Amino acid sequence: MADLKVNLLGIELDNPVIPASGTFGYGYEFSELYDINVLGTFSFKGTTKEPRFGNPTPRIAECTAGMINAVGLQNPGVHKVIEEELPKLKKCFNKKVMANVSGFSIEDYAYTCELLDKQEQVGWLEVNVSCPNVHGGGMSFGTNPEMASKVTEAVKKVTNKPVIIKLSPNVTDIVSIAKACESAGADGISLINTMLGMRIDLARRTPVIKNVKGGFSGSAIFPVAVRMVYEVASAVNVPVIGMGGVSSAEDVIEMMLAGATAVEVGAQNLINPYACRDIINDLPRVMEKYKINSLKEIIKGVRV
Amino acid sequence: MKQTYLEIISNKPLTESVMEMKLKGDVSTLKAGQFVNIKLEGLYLRRPISVCNVCGSELTIIYKIVGKGTEQMSKMQGGTLDVLTELGNGYDLSLSGDTPLLIGGGVGVPPMYYLAKLLTSQGKKVSVILGFNTKSEVFYENEFKALSANVIVTTVDGSYGVKGFVTTAMKDIDYSYFYTCGPEPMLKAVYKESKTLGEFSFEERMGCGFGACMGCSCKTIYGNKRICKEGPVLKKEELLWQI
Repeated sequence: MADLKVNLLGIELDNPVIPASGTFGYGYEFSELYDINVLGTFSFKGTTKEPRFGNPTPRIAECTAGMINAVGLQNPGVHKVIEEELPKLKKCFNKKVMANVSGFSIEDYAYTCELLDKQEQVGWLEVNVSCPNVHGGGMSFGTNPEMASKVTEAVKKVTNKPVIIKLSPNVTDIVSIAKACESAGADGISLINTMLGMRIDLARRTPVIKNVKGGFSGSAIFPVAVRMVYEVASAVNVPVIGMGGVSSAEDVIEMMLAGATAVEVGAQNLINPYACRDIINDLPRVMEKYKINSLKEIIKGVRV
Repeated sequence: MKQTYLEIISNKPLTESVMEMKLKGDVSTLKAGQFVNIKLEGLYLRRPISVCNVCGSELTIIYKIVGKGTEQMSKMQGGTLDVLTELGNGYDLSLSGDTPLLIGGGVGVPPMYYLAKLLTSQGKKVSVILGFNTKSEVFYENEFKALSANVIVTTVDGSYGVKGFVTTAMKDIDYSYFYTCGPEPMLKAVYKESKTLGEFSFEERMGCGFGACMGCSCKTIYGNKRICKEGPVLKKEELLWQI
């Protein structure tokens, strides 16, 4: 019997598959499609202190083997998330959820994390210092080691839950940022957020995305993600969650060999709403093919 | 939402750039004003296309060839498609009154067909305005006429039917409620011209088409709505247009 279990910062997951933030809402809508308790957990929609509409539309563009989004953190704000979204989730999900948090100042991050820390449903805080679609926040915290460590320290002060810092690939040296977060007390690192991209409409000669640029995701970015997960997992001692273009059970195993303890699946959920369930169902077959008895044993297992 | 596989029964041109495709499968629950989202080989995102007609297990969709996806679709003969169905809210037929007016412009015409069929079968006295740029772009006039609806075609250049915009024809019709779909400038003109309440069907670039990615959100008086989930049909009174 294939053993899919992994331990993510003190909480055992039935399997390492986690729908990534921004592709799974607050979960309950997917529960109309399948029992979301089959998931390891999921990372809910990036939540900020205040409600946000996000950027003007169009904010989606297609690419070869991927897509660009410039949603810009649309969410109802942390208070509504606690009052309305989490209770709805509770009715269909009996596991701990990963709370994804974003902000525009260090105080914002701390404020939102402190409130979510008190929620019994929340198992981990995934702190997004890497959203490419908002000005004066998000990614600007994640492209500078000093700022990333300040956010980490501020969040660690307000919570006892494991803090995972979600990093941007839009940097020259992701390892230095990961190390800065680890030194500042991060319990884990997740990567990669989307890569900055742009498309132009030939007929109109205008950017497809109203906001001009956006975050590129999808299977096209998978090799970049594997490389960065490998680099970071080799350099830090805290667990790493790998993501970026994961779309199959094979991709999950590749990410784990590169160093991931758990694996997030993003854009694939948008083209196949059953993607995570299908990947979980397919994992035993792929494990058997590659003679893997336990997924735990393959973390950082790449032979270089 | 439902994920299903549909068999392509036919795929033929209606005009130089507009195609009609008939699909067979589990489609009987689809509502007028909803859309389907079609997976195409080699393309990442699905292609959202409105429901034109449902007849038992047969679904008709009409699409304009504008990009890679629709280009690929136009060449298909036979085979099956991976389709997400039952997407979006659809029109509210209960509000139509006895004399509803349906206004479709260009590729906004197709969703009006199934709606007209359902309303006429309920015994409503349906008027339809179909707006196009020019004669060569006109399609489905006879299909609407066969539903015994009062059909008026307008063309911007006057090469067929009434010369002008759909709003030109609206002035002469008495109606209890309206439903419309078309390019946004047309929707805004209809909004301004309309004398009753009504419903507007919107388009937006979508990521998923089923409410997960927040790519197609818009603002309404009732707060943010996703065109793919709480839309694509929005009621006149909830639009924030300042016209």
